[in-house]
Amino acid sequence: MENSVHNDDSIVSIRNLTFRREERKIFDNINLEIPRNKITAIMGPSGTGKTTLLRLIGGQIEADSGTVSVDGDVVQDMRRSQLFALRKRMGMLFQSGALLTDINVFDNVAFPIREHTQLPESMIRTLVLMKLEAVGLRGAQDLMPNELSGGMARRVALARAIALDPKIIMYDEPFTGQDPISLGVLVKLIKSLNDALHLTTIIVSHDVEETSAIADYIFVISKGKVVGQGSTDEINRSGSRWVHQFMNGLPDGPVPFHFPAPDYARDLFNRR
Amino acid sequence: MFENLQYVGRTTLQVFENLGRGSIFLIRILIGLWEPIKRPSLLIQQLYSVGVLSFLLILVSGLFVGMVLGLQGYYILSDFGAEQTLGVMVAASLVRELGPVVSALLFAGRAGSSLTAEIGLMKATEQLSGMEMMAVDPIGRIIAPRFLAGFLSMPLLTAIFSMIGVLGGYFVGVGLLGIDEGAFWSQMQTTLDFWDDIVNGVIKSLVFGFVVTWIAVFQGYDAIPTAEGVSRATTRSVVYSAFAILGLDFVLTALMFGDA
Amino acid sequence: MQQSKTVVTMVGLFVTAGLIALFFLAMQVSNLSSFQGNGSYIIKARFDNVGGLKVRSPVSVAGVRVGRVKTITFDKKAYVAIVDMSIESRYDTLPTDTSASIFTSGLLGEQYIGLEPGGDEEFLGEGDTLELTQSALVLEEMIGKFLFKKAEGSANN
Repeated sequence: MENSVHNDDSIVSIRNLTFRREERKIFDNINLEIPRNKITAIMGPSGTGKTTLLRLIGGQIEADSGTVSVDGDVVQDMRRSQLFALRKRMGMLFQSGALLTDINVFDNVAFPIREHTQLPESMIRTLVLMKLEAVGLRGAQDLMPNELSGGMARRVALARAIALDPKIIMYDEPFTGQDPISLGVLVKLIKSLNDALHLTTIIVSHDVEETSAIADYIFVISKGKVVGQGSTDEINRSGSRWVHQFMNGLPDGPVPFHFPAPDYARDLFNRR
Repeated sequence: MFENLQYVGRTTLQVFENLGRGSIFLIRILIGLWEPIKRPSLLIQQLYSVGVLSFLLILVSGLFVGMVLGLQGYYILSDFGAEQTLGVMVAASLVRELGPVVSALLFAGRAGSSLTAEIGLMKATEQLSGMEMMAVDPIGRIIAPRFLAGFLSMPLLTAIFSMIGVLGGYFVGVGLLGIDEGAFWSQMQTTLDFWDDIVNGVIKSLVFGFVVTWIAVFQGYDAIPTAEGVSRATTRSVVYSAFAILGLDFVLTALMFGDA
Repeated sequence: MQQSKTVVTMVGLFVTAGLIALFFLAMQVSNLSSFQGNGSYIIKARFDNVGGLKVRSPVSVAGVRVGRVKTITFDKKAYVAIVDMSIESRYDTLPTDTSASIFTSGLLGEQYIGLEPGGDEEFLGEGDTLELTQSALVLEEMIGKFLFKKAEGSANN
């Protein structure tokens, strides 16, 4: 698949990436260019390793071959200190929020600021309150994580992810299991934050409707390969039957309804 | 037949693999120990949850073990007309063996399993991963303070266990059964040697503390990040700790108390 | 990370309790209080038979423990046992003609060395060897002697 995005526009560049776990090839020689300052979605069925891709970008795991570069620097070649510096410029929102359970909301959002800067407490307080205000949870600053609903926890995690004003923010399945109101809030937040803070947003998801509503560019991955890419419109008009089945949620198609089984009549009438 | 051999071979290799992973993990912890030293508040918090919260259990258990030793010891020794040596019997049993071993077993059950569950849960809820992505080393922040706290708490808890045990034995022997108070303490003092008994007991408790905390912390970190995985890891942590304590106790006793 | 005062206090109490327990064990339970003497000196003695004497067996004078057996070695040329005893420095008035005997404490008790001071004016110092020694009593030899005496006695009558 040819890339239709120019290289100098992309902030994350994945070239010829192959990654294996045990015997399986999770990614087979794939190429991805994530454009700067846009919302890019990486979609595909569960278990295709979308979260793995985010980890590869963040340098938590290493590819078997190929390169992952962020802003021109190859991630695999980085020393620990460079990797740490890179991660300070990236924010990540985990599927479960991953808030630290033994400290309250305020301290959770303040955590990265306290860790990586020497700012005085008064300034930290201002920053934290601003971030919480941006996600609409300034009033919840004294609550403990176990007192928050799932949607609220995710919003706090989002506030934490933008605490150090990163350049890239990655969302791992942000829409999974949320009620309609929370979904609406999240969709609005992701879009407005991306625009207001000049971020590059990468969303990994299999929620077609929500993701399509805000994504500028979509990659569809299946069985370790990129099977479709383009803007939201281009994807929807895609000729690929597989992409069509996925994007429209059709129960049968290239991904069959029936798990492979022997002949029905024979199975029913022959006792084994 | 051949399949059984394969199974044995595979399991043995797995044991070595786990041991290897655990050892590499231990080295990372030891390197990361400077973090809790740099930030004592991390250590203090863990000393509280690991040490202070085990205190009551150790206290009560030590008291009862000491009292039972006093009681049972009296019955056994009176057959030989040697009741007056009860002090020595209680103290030697406690300081050399029961103190270190029983405290370590109780510690593994209470603090060890809770460490495993806590860390395993953090892994399952991606908190460890989240920390990494925020450029904070979870080994130094979460694991190392807990390890150091366990290692330091163990000898303190063992000493408390032994002390309360001796006092419990005193209460039963002298208080209830009428053994001569002077004989109780003086025989004990002349027979128990500071270096051979007390210090060896402390060394045992340090070794146990090191191993039990290492097992607990590793099992948590290595757990499969699901609810079932964490619960299995917690069980494993207690079982492995028990094996390790009893096995090491044998080795240490042979080394320390055999003829020099 | 706010640290509540209670937490810090409790930890402090816990550590104190542990240290007190260690102190108690050291003082009340073991012989540390009587072993205040800093330092000790070594004296040697040669025995034909050390019996069941072990390293760390006590060494006493007039029933008071003054030291311990440090090492037991074998002299290959003279075929005797050499026992090194570590005596606490404060007991430095042992005459050079002190004798050492191996006794058993109680019927089944452990063996120890009892020192009987002589009348010499000079005192033992580091590395000195005792001249007079009495070896441990070996049960078989005693029975043998007893039977022999009995046999002699009835033969004479």
